[in-house]
Amino acid sequence: MGLLSKKDAALITDPFADNNPITIQVLGICSALAITAELKASIVMAISVLFVMGAGNIVISLMRNIIPSKIRIIAQLIVVATLVIIVDLVLKAFQYELSKTLGAFIGLIITNCIIMGRFEAFALANGPWRSFLDGIGNAVGYGVILILVGFFRELLGSGTLLGFPVLGDPIEKTGAYAFGYENNGFMLLAPMALIVVGIIIWVQRSRNEALIEEN
Amino acid sequence: MSKRTDSNLYTILFATGMVLVVGSLLAFLASSLKPTIDENKRIEKQQNILYAMGVNENDESSAIFVSKDKVGAEFSKYITKQLVIQGTDVSEDDNAYLIDIKKEQTLAKEGKERRLPLFVGEKDGKTFYIAPIRGKGLWDAVWGYVGMDENMVVQGAYFDHKGETAGLGANIKLRFFMDDFIGEHLKKDGNFRGIAISKSNNDPKNEDKTDNEVDAIAGATITGDGVSAMIKSELRKYVSFFNTLKTN
Repeated sequence: MGLLSKKDAALITDPFADNNPITIQVLGICSALAITAELKASIVMAISVLFVMGAGNIVISLMRNIIPSKIRIIAQLIVVATLVIIVDLVLKAFQYELSKTLGAFIGLIITNCIIMGRFEAFALANGPWRSFLDGIGNAVGYGVILILVGFFRELLGSGTLLGFPVLGDPIEKTGAYAFGYENNGFMLLAPMALIVVGIIIWVQRSRNEALIEEN
Repeated sequence: MSKRTDSNLYTILFATGMVLVVGSLLAFLASSLKPTIDENKRIEKQQNILYAMGVNENDESSAIFVSKDKVGAEFSKYITKQLVIQGTDVSEDDNAYLIDIKKEQTLAKEGKERRLPLFVGEKDGKTFYIAPIRGKGLWDAVWGYVGMDENMVVQGAYFDHKGETAGLGANIKLRFFMDDFIGEHLKKDGNFRGIAISKSNNDPKNEDKTDNEVDAIAGATITGDGVSAMIKSELRKYVSFFNTLKTN
């Protein structure tokens, strides 16, 4: 990252690991549980949030000196809602099929607490370039966890990845199913997403020394 | 944060300004994109109707519509008649496919008589009757088109939804689910029964086509119930029309 100073680079890398919005700050859990039953949805959601977060952080950062502090949360909400509606309308007009796939997520993006969290904690106090990096960093940190969870839930829950059967056919009993393997239907339900996130947090905390708390 | 922005007057002015700017921006965008969006929706309806009578470009596993630029020609080629059923009256209307089922359902709720569109298609010498259906899933609306023969045996089905859970309820629009309906009977011993999405029919390959049941999707119970309910309540309204076909 020759382009970025050390401090700027940390904006991208920190939320990726040491300060991950999902596993460390435990934000954005709602969407991490709701839409990770399949890998494709996780990827789509991760990319959508990346766009909204990058653009939103820039807009909020540019407006940071004119937003009255009393109504700043409302102003932030309006910015993110406007961005999301614009994206939604443009997709509906020019990429109709894609907009149908995204349909359910568009609304969820507005309520993603990571977005509001980064507006409030970072963009309101920093310039546009650094805010943009912060937004991208956090969105990537969020997206990676989403994709990880989606990978395990789709693989173990439906035996497929991105819709392709990778473990054989559960009805015809081919592949792994011939040996008595069964899909775990529970993986498809929200509680298992929470458990998968929990396992990721556990692995991360036991491996990353910076995160091990002293007694 | 500077002091200037803390005054009440500034706050009110800012809020007013922001609402005006954002409001007019969105209103402008929405109204200038509306024709394109409506056109997309119209094309989609034609694609859905054709899909339900088996006119599509499906590959082995995924559902693929007739392409956008061909759909208009295909629609006029395969759909021979568009009927509107209102009580016992049956009339033809070339724009019946544009009838908004949601609005008609609201009319029915208010005690007025609703219009029931039915599309008649011909393909390879066979006649298809395609009816639109609409109901409620877990989160939001679910809808679809069911293609039938004159005995109300399903020939093709297309389902869609507004916001069902990805990977669970959203799977109603996947081939493995929609294809299960093909050949399934809506009637049993001459009486309308509908098709229930069943978790206990012991028929995961869906070989029994006369049990009025198809296999459910795991983790999508409420969406499945919604699909069962809309098939039952919406297609029931067409039964008297199908009965007149036989006597003719």
